Amino acid sequence: MTDIVLIIVLCAAATYLTRIGGHLIMLRFGEVHHRVEAALGAVPIAILTALVAPSMLTGGVPGVAALIATGVAALRVSLVISVAVGLAVLVVLRAAGL
Amino acid sequence: MRQVNPPRLEMRDDIRAGLRDVMPVLGAVLPFAAVFGTVAVESGLSATEVMFASASIYAAASQYVMIELMGQAVPIWSIVLAVFALNFRHVLYSASLGRHMGAFSFWQKALAFFLLVDPQFAASEARAAKRGLRPAYYFAYALAIYGVWIVSNLLGVLFGSLLDNPAALGLDFLLPLYFMGMIMGFHARSHFLLILVTSAVASLVVHQTLGSPWHITLGGGVGMLVAAALSKPKADPSTGAGQ
Repeated sequence: MTDIVLIIVLCAAATYLTRIGGHLIMLRFGEVHHRVEAALGAVPIAILTALVAPSMLTGGVPGVAALIATGVAALRVSLVISVAVGLAVLVVLRAAGL
Repeated sequence: MRQVNPPRLEMRDDIRAGLRDVMPVLGAVLPFAAVFGTVAVESGLSATEVMFASASIYAAASQYVMIELMGQAVPIWSIVLAVFALNFRHVLYSASLGRHMGAFSFWQKALAFFLLVDPQFAASEARAAKRGLRPAYYFAYALAIYGVWIVSNLLGVLFGSLLDNPAALGLDFLLPLYFMGMIMGFHARSHFLLILVTSAVASLVVHQTLGSPWHITLGGGVGMLVAAALSKPKADPSTGAGQ
């Protein structure tokens, strides 16, 4: 249980560091190289995709279908609704025994 | 029509504007905070731990990632690294927003950066461009989100422990779906599809060979390298309109 508290504290520190870090870096250095900026800009796409990819293998047909449904829906509607659409697809396909 | 207001009136206007702008965001924060509370309790955290995490980390995506990885029993350093990497966008936020914080004291800035979530960044940049960014606007907006976040988290914790079969509602698969929705939110960024495909392929290859948690760091790293390699320098600012 202490491990969990330790993880939370470290994650909180890491998060705060990123939130104040950009300001501190700008105060110190001014500008960053455009390739660094592009790599940083790609972080949410790249890290989240890498995190999700294995669940395409573990989720079976309902999981893959739900991921695709959420992904397509997210292009049109809000995040909350897209997740609800994916959940609906998942629950229906699981109930159908796929 | 608008005259130069005395400071007290200006502060009242700022607070009102902050609360007005934050209203639509609160509707989106509420369900996610509640669901986070529920999912976190289902994955074995105590109510106190969930609330401690939400109050101290205060980053929905990071907390979901933390919970997901805790469930996979990966080493602590890789959880912290994943959270750090995922939060890297905040470096860009604070780099940009810090330039508009001339009216903030040192401690106001220190607190403001703690509260710098995605909608806060978007709203503050817009406010800075229109009227200038002052602490009253910033903190009215920020504290409204933080308050709703904490209260709905608690509701999620309390009601979540009443659910006895979360798989029937698909809650076991909610995190991947949430991440999927977030990824698509970035579809307008340059080379989106290429970064997505390369990261996914690299992640799957690493997951099947080296195994977890390397697929996150290395898979994501490949996507970042692709973005860096394809990046072009911005137009020379000295030829532009200047400041």
